[in-house]
Amino acid sequence: MAAIEPMKQFLIERVEWLPPIVVGGFDLSVTNSVLMMLIAAVVIVVSLGMSAKGAIVPGRMQAVGESLFDLIDGTLVTPIIGHNGKPYIPFVFTIFMLVLTMNLMGVVLAVGHVGGLDWTFTPTAQLAVTATLAVITFMSVLVIGFIKNGLGFFKLFVPPGVHWAMALFIGFFELISFLVRPLTLAMRLFGNMLGGHVVMNIFASFVVALGAVGLAGFGLNSLGLVGSGLSLAMVIALTGLELVVAGLQAFVFAALATVYLNEVVNLGHGH
Amino acid sequence: MDHTSAQYIGAGLATMGMIGAGAGLGILFGNYLQAAIRNPSAAGQERVWLFLGMALTESMGIFALVVALLLRFV
Repeated sequence: MAAIEPMKQFLIERVEWLPPIVVGGFDLSVTNSVLMMLIAAVVIVVSLGMSAKGAIVPGRMQAVGESLFDLIDGTLVTPIIGHNGKPYIPFVFTIFMLVLTMNLMGVVLAVGHVGGLDWTFTPTAQLAVTATLAVITFMSVLVIGFIKNGLGFFKLFVPPGVHWAMALFIGFFELISFLVRPLTLAMRLFGNMLGGHVVMNIFASFVVALGAVGLAGFGLNSLGLVGSGLSLAMVIALTGLELVVAGLQAFVFAALATVYLNEVVNLGHGH
Repeated sequence: MDHTSAQYIGAGLATMGMIGAGAGLGILFGNYLQAAIRNPSAAGQERVWLFLGMALTESMGIFALVVALLLRFV
């Protein structure tokens, strides 16, 4: 019986069937993480390319693409930022589509491990990937904030109409909560993906372990088959939950990026 | 008690911070459902704020997770 190793699925390994790339002593070979991100990028470009037909009566692909775009434009950016938000839709939409596709591929293609495709992987369960996305968002907020407001950017940390002694105190905490944003943004996505996949892996290994106990003999051993069946039902339910979480976390990432952008775009407008 | 077991116990204790996040999420979704049942027509436009509140509440639990992971692996 194999030992339960729930963290093994997050190991980054070189993809064996691709040629190794070594540049100047650095191993730049394509790893499973990179391969899955490349597949995600190709899936997004191809599916959105197929959906961007501009027909007046949308076909199936166009309806999917339009409803995804409307999710970002119609329920996030325009209601939160307002009409100034138009330039930021592509950024939020790109982040949303990338995170959504990587999350979903992590859940759906995880089946590939059973069939011998051992390069399937969830890139968003790597802190390096989520931290990169979070830092990109944070830096964009900083740059856009300074371009739009100049040094007035620092008014973000002081609520209007506050006594100066109190403003020092509040400003300190506002600054901390501003600086901790990329950390929470990265850790939220990473923690949700990692936690969900670990739980699924543990229940899936229960199916095998208890099934082996059940098949080993009669009598009390057959209770193992009951436990195995219950674990299998749990794995199926958790897969459904993970699909929901994958979509929800992508939406939450996009929503938080929008709110952070809104604070610097509409600074001092009381919007 | 040696260093490793202290690490494990500390990591386990750190995850207790998630209790608060769980209670907060329960309050959040409970109150949203209550409001949505009282006034279903306003439920749709408040859903974005529900998810934002969820994200912010969850970040408290995530801090606990960070502390646990730091204790365990660093």
